Amino acid sequence: MNQKICVTGIGIISAIGDNVEQTLDSVRTGKSGIGALNHIATRHKNDIPIGEVKHTNQELMQILGLPTDTIITRTTLLGMMAAKEAFVWAGIKDVKEFRTGIISATSVGGMSVTEINYKDYLNPETKGDFLKYIETHDCGDSSEVIANFLGIKDHISTISTACSSSANSIMLGARLIKNNILDRVIVGGTDSLSKFTINGFMTLMILDKEQCKPFDAERKGLNLGEGAGYIVLESERAAGGKEILCELTGYGNSNDAYHQTASSPTGEGAYLAMEKAFKVSGLKPENIDYINAHGTGTEVNDMSEGTAIERIFNNKVPKISSTKAFTGHTLGACGGIEAVLSVLAIKYNMVYPSLNHKNQMSELKFTPNKELTTDQPINNVLSNSFGFGGNSAALIFSRH
Amino acid sequence: MEAYIKGIGIVSPQKTFKTHDFLSEAVEYNTNTLRCIEPVYTEFLNPILARRMGRTVKMGIAASSVCLKDAGVEIPDAIITGTALGCHEDTEKFLMAIIDNDEQFLTPTSFMQSTHNTVSSQIALQLKCMNYNFTYVHKNFSFESALLDGLMTLADTDAHNVLVGGHDEMTDKHFRITARAGHWKEEKTATMDIIHSKTPGSVSGEGAAFFMLSNQEGNNDYAKLRALRMFYAPESETEVHNKILELLKEKNMTTADIDCVVYGISGDVRYDQKYYNLKNALFSDTTATYFKHLCGEYQTSGCFALWLSSMILKTQTIPKSTLIGKNNKKQFKNVLIYNNYMGAYHSVYLLSQC
Repeated sequence: MNQKICVTGIGIISAIGDNVEQTLDSVRTGKSGIGALNHIATRHKNDIPIGEVKHTNQELMQILGLPTDTIITRTTLLGMMAAKEAFVWAGIKDVKEFRTGIISATSVGGMSVTEINYKDYLNPETKGDFLKYIETHDCGDSSEVIANFLGIKDHISTISTACSSSANSIMLGARLIKNNILDRVIVGGTDSLSKFTINGFMTLMILDKEQCKPFDAERKGLNLGEGAGYIVLESERAAGGKEILCELTGYGNSNDAYHQTASSPTGEGAYLAMEKAFKVSGLKPENIDYINAHGTGTEVNDMSEGTAIERIFNNKVPKISSTKAFTGHTLGACGGIEAVLSVLAIKYNMVYPSLNHKNQMSELKFTPNKELTTDQPINNVLSNSFGFGGNSAALIFSRH
Repeated sequence: MEAYIKGIGIVSPQKTFKTHDFLSEAVEYNTNTLRCIEPVYTEFLNPILARRMGRTVKMGIAASSVCLKDAGVEIPDAIITGTALGCHEDTEKFLMAIIDNDEQFLTPTSFMQSTHNTVSSQIALQLKCMNYNFTYVHKNFSFESALLDGLMTLADTDAHNVLVGGHDEMTDKHFRITARAGHWKEEKTATMDIIHSKTPGSVSGEGAAFFMLSNQEGNNDYAKLRALRMFYAPESETEVHNKILELLKEKNMTTADIDCVVYGISGDVRYDQKYYNLKNALFSDTTATYFKHLCGEYQTSGCFALWLSSMILKTQTIPKSTLIGKNNKKQFKNVLIYNNYMGAYHSVYLLSQC
């Protein structure tokens, strides 16, 4: 059970870039990806800024070398982009060399297509190839297509615990290796924007009409986003002589058990998830150099998460930022995207800015990092993800 | 990784809820869509809350509540669910409201309850249980993934009692849509005859079932879950057969040690041959049973099979309605489940008498 979980590959796509290189450029220049929405026909188009991936589905198919009439959802395409990058990065050529699995996460699966076709699905008079999209609705569809694309057969699963989904998939991947079920596993998640999600968050009235401002006293809500982030986890044996980007040393999962969609004011679930992650890693709060917070920019999350962080860090909070003002809140994918950013933080000794932060929250003592800093070694990063239903997850990445 | 099953709660199209009766009379249907016999929810839920909840959430909460009581556990050390479709009724409700009202005048209730983790989180909320909480949503591996996590959680944490469940609901609209994708029989079929139907498609079903897994043997356990395997897109049926033989070898068993096999025969002529091929290859003389004529086909139907197998081992009886051919066994020590959903997803469970 004490074996090391090595991170050997990373892949990312979001509003700030199609891959790791473009993402690094954006975070280094402080360029947010949040702006106008172009690819979804919604009446809220001009009401809210969004972190949309810049390509159309056809463009993504072309980049991936797929015929442009492929029956495939945007959630799957985004996932394929990031998963492929992570796989290539990890130098996996022969999938059969080790027991290899995939754990992917998503919140709405193929909803962006279902919502367009739904009336036609229900109309028995309609005919045509679009009916093949019926099978793409399930959350498991994107994982299946990505698994087939990469040739993975030994283990496949999909997780949906709202906004903590892909942090949980990373945790599960580590456990599958530690329990000797797999030798390596690609973990993370993917979510595309949909009218369903946009309208859902509109009704909850937690969308900021301007750029989101995580941990700011004047924060007004979150900006939605889309994308995918995957990392490759390997046992030391499978990782062999490869470059090990870092290790996943800690993980914790708990439930806030407070409300279906809102976090408790004191962040009990968040506290417990972080506490468990410390226990698994054997690290102490003072070992953490950077916290990549969930930091959605909603009134409730930032208060709840911030309070839990101050409590577990005994008010000695290390450098902290939320990268959601870069990417938007990518829901089921955010844990994967932020895992990639956490790995890069260690690789380049880099702490990201929490964009748009101006006003100190009176309830909290810490102030998020405002500029990109590279002046101190980053050896241990804590990454938080919390979701609807109280699902809370925390991960710790450590220098190898 | 093994676990004792010390409690069960199950809502299904059969009389399975809160009863010790073991299918003494199977409920027969003449339809192509089976729906659950729903419990009276007032015992489990505040009526105001219940009115706002979708069917699958209510069935899940009722099943989990009976399971906890059956196992004598107040707060489980983990809550893990599997659901392919999640809270489909709420998802549909919100989606239809978006379409019908052109994205206006929407209320958040159905959106809030549409997330796939609603059942596991509602159980946590009701119990104020802050422990490990997880939801799997991978098609026909949804429940099996949850079960595997349950086994792992008993092995790699200090947990002793893990609540694992599966749930899926069918709605009229989703039935119509998936019928267009060829999932279901076009003709209405008497459920007891589906095994002979020779037509494509199966009869749709639904259900919610929860199991209390424990690493501590009790006095009244249903069965011991010895192993669980999932095979994704195997290259051939022989590959599946060989993997089953490997599993038995790992457990120091042979095919002769299996007293009963539970097959996921669904009446779909396109896929059922796989079951008969396994039977002919490895288990030709073993007592054979099936279950999808009782609960219908759905992606978490493994739940129903696990309940059926647990009950066979606990009661040492096999309900007549589940038998394929004859049963010559008087004692049942080991049961194997082989389930499959439309070709790609194969799962195998091995259970033993306690």
